[in-house]
Amino acid sequence: MIEIDVHTRDDGIGVVVPRGRLNMVAARQLKEVLADLVGTGTSRIVVDMAETTFLDSSGLGALIGGLKSARQAGGDLRIARPVPAVTTVFELTNLDRVLRARDDVDTAFDD
Amino acid sequence: MSRRLLLIRTVVLVTALLGLNYLTWRWMFSVNWSAWWIAVPLVLAETYSLVDSLLFGLGMWRLKERGDPPPAPPDRTVDVFIATYNEPIELVMATARAAKAIRYPHRTWILDDGNRPEMRAAAEAEGIGWLTRSADWAGMPRHAKAGNLNNALLQTDGEFMLILDADQIPLPEILDRTLGYFEDERMALVQTPQWFVNVPEEDPLGSQAPLFYGPIQQGKDGWNAAFFCGSNAVIRREALMQLGVSRYVGEVEEGVRRALRTARSVIRSARRQLPGDEVEVRAALDEIEGRIAEARAALTAGEALFDVTFRFQQQVAEVRRSLVAADLQTMQADLEIIASLDGIADSPDGGLATIDLSALDQMTQREWSPLGAVETVEALVRAVDVGRGGEAQPIMPLATISVTEDMATCMRLHTLGWRSAYHDEVLAHGLAPEDLQTMLVQRLRWAQGTVQVMFRENPLVQKGLTLAQRLMYFSTMWSYLSGFAALVYIAAPVVYLTIGVLPVQALSTDFFVRLVPFLVLNQLLFFIVAAGRPTWRGQQYSLALFPIWIKSFTSAFGNVFLGRSLDFAVTPKTKREKSGHDWHLVKPQLWAMGLLVGAAVIGLVRLAVGQGELLGIGFNLLWVAFDLLIFSVIIRAVRYRGFEPDAVPADAGPGAGPTPGVPA
Repeated sequence: MIEIDVHTRDDGIGVVVPRGRLNMVAARQLKEVLADLVGTGTSRIVVDMAETTFLDSSGLGALIGGLKSARQAGGDLRIARPVPAVTTVFELTNLDRVLRARDDVDTAFDD
Repeated sequence: MSRRLLLIRTVVLVTALLGLNYLTWRWMFSVNWSAWWIAVPLVLAETYSLVDSLLFGLGMWRLKERGDPPPAPPDRTVDVFIATYNEPIELVMATARAAKAIRYPHRTWILDDGNRPEMRAAAEAEGIGWLTRSADWAGMPRHAKAGNLNNALLQTDGEFMLILDADQIPLPEILDRTLGYFEDERMALVQTPQWFVNVPEEDPLGSQAPLFYGPIQQGKDGWNAAFFCGSNAVIRREALMQLGVSRYVGEVEEGVRRALRTARSVIRSARRQLPGDEVEVRAALDEIEGRIAEARAALTAGEALFDVTFRFQQQVAEVRRSLVAADLQTMQADLEIIASLDGIADSPDGGLATIDLSALDQMTQREWSPLGAVETVEALVRAVDVGRGGEAQPIMPLATISVTEDMATCMRLHTLGWRSAYHDEVLAHGLAPEDLQTMLVQRLRWAQGTVQVMFRENPLVQKGLTLAQRLMYFSTMWSYLSGFAALVYIAAPVVYLTIGVLPVQALSTDFFVRLVPFLVLNQLLFFIVAAGRPTWRGQQYSLALFPIWIKSFTSAFGNVFLGRSLDFAVTPKTKREKSGHDWHLVKPQLWAMGLLVGAAVIGLVRLAVGQGELLGIGFNLLWVAFDLLIFSVIIRAVRYRGFEPDAVPADAGPGAGPTPGVPA
């Protein structure tokens, strides 16, 4: 099972923390969380993946979907602190070539 | 190696050697160059046929008869998808009920592309899921069945999905007999046969494909190239999603690269049109061009694309804001000039009328065209950036490059290193078209789809495929070129019988000694691999539908390279009410038959008056007879009045169709 924490920082950046396995079942949940955030005006989002133990291509799909709506709303979606197992999934689909993971949640939007 | 496979390989080898021997001799020694206009087409058609035969042999070399499947593991999650667009509600519901009754635990969904309230009501009344396109699809390209499946993929979450056409009624054991293969973690797809219940034993429309759903698929399977055929297949979601994500990355990369190239041209062209005194605007355009160059360099250096595009978009937006401000300043300055002109004129008859109108024109030109250019740049990059603005979903796992999404999707899965399997057991009972017109539309659509893939993603040059996989995909595409060869096979005997021109140098012993054994061995190979399945109907249709194959080729060419429509039509699943026979649908075939018969008569007359050689006329008459035998199927097809259910017992089994794989 997965737990997805969401909070919005003082600087208006939404932080999403999926804890556990981000698989095809959890992907839809993540998709909804991201859509809600953008829908309520938070278009700058950091997904903190430090506690995401597993990720599959459906999870990647949800991240891309969130990225699309964030950019359309004039913001962006950044990912931070993926564990090695998750990084491997990014590499398998070449997603690492387009979406760079940040080392830190707080500074994810600094550049 | 089993004795069967040993025998097959021996025959494949001997057939190939005989064929190569014959064709080498044909090219080297027997082309009648003085009649090149028929001699060259004939030897080319024969070369085509030999390549076809070699590719067929290559498949048979690794014929894989899988026999009983591994047991299905418990606790997998499965979605059963029934794709429909406009089929009658009852037909869809019959399939849906059977799907619901599949033994292995699963969820059943009707994917209703027609978005019909009565379809939804019928589904929900029986506890069956109903899905239609999400709001994301409004105003976007729909991509037919591929789009329908892509939409459903993102609304469900089972590990596996069974894909069914609306008229393919699954048997309760279909998942139990297929899920076991997925214990191999790299297995992406298991295809089972499409077999039709509403087809009489003699199969006048050639609906069953016992050779394809049998040895041909088993041969491809041996090379890990078993095809996905759109229905009756189980697919691993992870494989499709991985494909979707990696395609997405590739397309975004390519799209952004192109957008930046175009953006540079737009900016340069805007700058060329700029009057020399527009210093600020020129600086702005220069800055954007610099940013474009930076962005391209960053991509080349391997910086993450989304970082590059995000920064670029912000920079361009910044420049645009400054440009708008500059424009306003210019406008303001111009207005001041206008006002001062007014003041200087100081005459009630002067005013704005004294200003040259062309100066105003020029002003609007120089003010808006750079801004227009900048906005174009922004729009360009936005269109191809993360969102893939022109598509409903960024992730499109099922390929949308062809009207038959299945083959392209499967090929892409193979390029990513996934495996596929063909399980040779009928696990669904389908409905085939029962009239000639519907059948012709369906065959045209399949052929067009295949040729589209050949033009758009030629398997011979796809990275990630083994050589054999490339050839297995190419072989199916190659087979659709038979329409052109058929033209030659009709023309050659007609030419000889009517005007006595022989495309080969002589009908010598040499000729027959080389040709006949090859033809015999070729048929023997068919006979052995078919193992009792009927193959004659398929052989007939592969030549008799020559106008369809030619049309598929020309229309797909026009579609891919000239941007024309394919006149794509959804295959109707219901019987058409017809009173007369549709002879007009097969005019080219009737013409061909008429020509052949006419030529035979002329040939006989020429023989009677002592003008022709007995051997030549006799051989060509035999050839005509063979052609007519092939085309006779068209007459049967036109006269076919649809399926009479009483003609088969109530518990109709596969009968002449594919049977469960015989363990070798």
